[in-house]
Amino acid sequence: MKKGTLKQILLLTDGCSNQGEDPVAIAALANDQGITVNVIGILDDDQSEQPEGLEEVEAIAMSGGGVSQIVYQKALSQTVQMVTKQAMTQTLQGVVNQELKQILGEKQSFEELPPDKRGEVMEVVEDLGETCDLEVLVLVDTSASMTPKLSTVKEALFDLSLSLNARSGNNRFSIFCFPNKMKPIQKLMDWTPELDGISKVFPKLASGGITPTGPALKEAMYQFGKKSLFGSMKHASEPYEETGN
Amino acid sequence: MQVNHTKKLVTNLKRGTIIRGKWNGTQYQVIQKLGEGACGIVYLCERNGVYTALKIGTDSSRIITEVNVLKTFQKVQGKRLGPSLLDVDDWVTPAGVTYPYYVMEYLKGQELASFLHGRGKEWLGVMMLQLLSDLEELHKQGWVFGDLKTDNLLVTSPPPKLRLIDVGGTTKIGRAIKEYTEFYDRGYWQGGSRKADPAYDLFALTMVMMEVAHGRRFERGTNPQQTLEKKLQQPELLKPYRRLIKKAWHGEYSYSHEMKKDLSSILNGPSKYKMMENRHTRVSRRKEARKTSFAAAELGVIFLSLLLFYFLFSIIVW
Repeated sequence: MKKGTLKQILLLTDGCSNQGEDPVAIAALANDQGITVNVIGILDDDQSEQPEGLEEVEAIAMSGGGVSQIVYQKALSQTVQMVTKQAMTQTLQGVVNQELKQILGEKQSFEELPPDKRGEVMEVVEDLGETCDLEVLVLVDTSASMTPKLSTVKEALFDLSLSLNARSGNNRFSIFCFPNKMKPIQKLMDWTPELDGISKVFPKLASGGITPTGPALKEAMYQFGKKSLFGSMKHASEPYEETGN
Repeated sequence: MQVNHTKKLVTNLKRGTIIRGKWNGTQYQVIQKLGEGACGIVYLCERNGVYTALKIGTDSSRIITEVNVLKTFQKVQGKRLGPSLLDVDDWVTPAGVTYPYYVMEYLKGQELASFLHGRGKEWLGVMMLQLLSDLEELHKQGWVFGDLKTDNLLVTSPPPKLRLIDVGGTTKIGRAIKEYTEFYDRGYWQGGSRKADPAYDLFALTMVMMEVAHGRRFERGTNPQQTLEKKLQQPELLKPYRRLIKKAWHGEYSYSHEMKKDLSSILNGPSKYKMMENRHTRVSRRKEARKTSFAAAELGVIFLSLLLFYFLFSIIVW
């Protein structure tokens, strides 16, 4: 298998969407186009672990083929990097699974393999996870209730680049926020390999009470196609884009 | 791949539950829960009268990754790193859910902190020396332990030996650290990258010492480096090791053997020798005192018997 690029959207939010398309449907659409959607729900320190409105978090990630987690601010840094890596493994495993099915028949999957064979497959997945290229679009909900959490978010994203840049593969990050009065999402940082400049892009952002998560996700999806630098979208229907033939 | 999001961790297996392998049919009887890790739960189990540690999880890719690491450890001749791997299989519950697990040798031991409690100061250094030897071996094989923390250490005895358990974070040198815990993580303290190199483990080792000395973990605050410096000065226990720890923080040790050399010279240093000498003189002095009192007693007995003899003799003469 050739080295390829994994595409992920990482949505950071603290509440329920209340305007526009259903984000669960949009996430399914994104997944279909080879983009994994991960969601992290951020709790207030005094909130219970199962607050209303955050059920959506799991549903979006599930239909986006990604990973979800609901956490308190304190655990955000470690969660962000864990969720991203876990989703990478998951996607890569999915690709390997597809290959297995082609070779061994429809009924074969990773979980169905005997343990020792599974071990060999896992080594391949791990190698891919270390070397593949990764593009993460971070989509931050900056509605009013998120404002006090933004400094933690900034820290967590910085930490994310620390974790991912320890890999051998290349990384590209971009940061968008929503809502915006004029458009569904607002670009805070264009595609970049490092998140060093992140401190500058977190100004005091606060908007109204609406949370149009669906439209924001949809717009985020298009951002992957917009950059010509990173190869074409020929194999958009594959979750794992193969390049370098 | 469809990941089963609803599959929950098997947290409450009752004593007596039989776990039977789907692939090789081997049976294990659950005795009690031993601990909980990031990707699974470890149970003490029994098979044919032998105790084993069985780790059961939900995510078979993570379980298998750990198995792969344990397998490479088995290949290492001589020194044993981590617990030995006994079995790998899946368990299908009566409800029809499949859980992956692996079985290791059961290491019976004590947590590091409770072992050190009430023991001499030198024990911390000795334990760390053992740990450095194991890490050195691991690094030579091309691995970094990664998630080095007090939870992943166990003191087995006799003789007291520090063992590494839970290999979930073990990463090939040069790759991104697979799993870490913030308090022990070089990146968290702004002391370097999260790329697996031997120095990453050495940093974590100093944090094991910090946790033991403070009796708890603490947060980095706004200035992580400063927090560390301050916390290093506080405990008396760390006094002999301050320079060593600082050198590890500043990345002055690239390999375990360098740090080991410094640590063993601290442990073999003059303060200990002096302490031994003091104890020696005190003991001999006590012995001498005992000798004189013995002599006095003997003299007394002789004198008394002479007196008695003289008395008896004078009676006979009379």
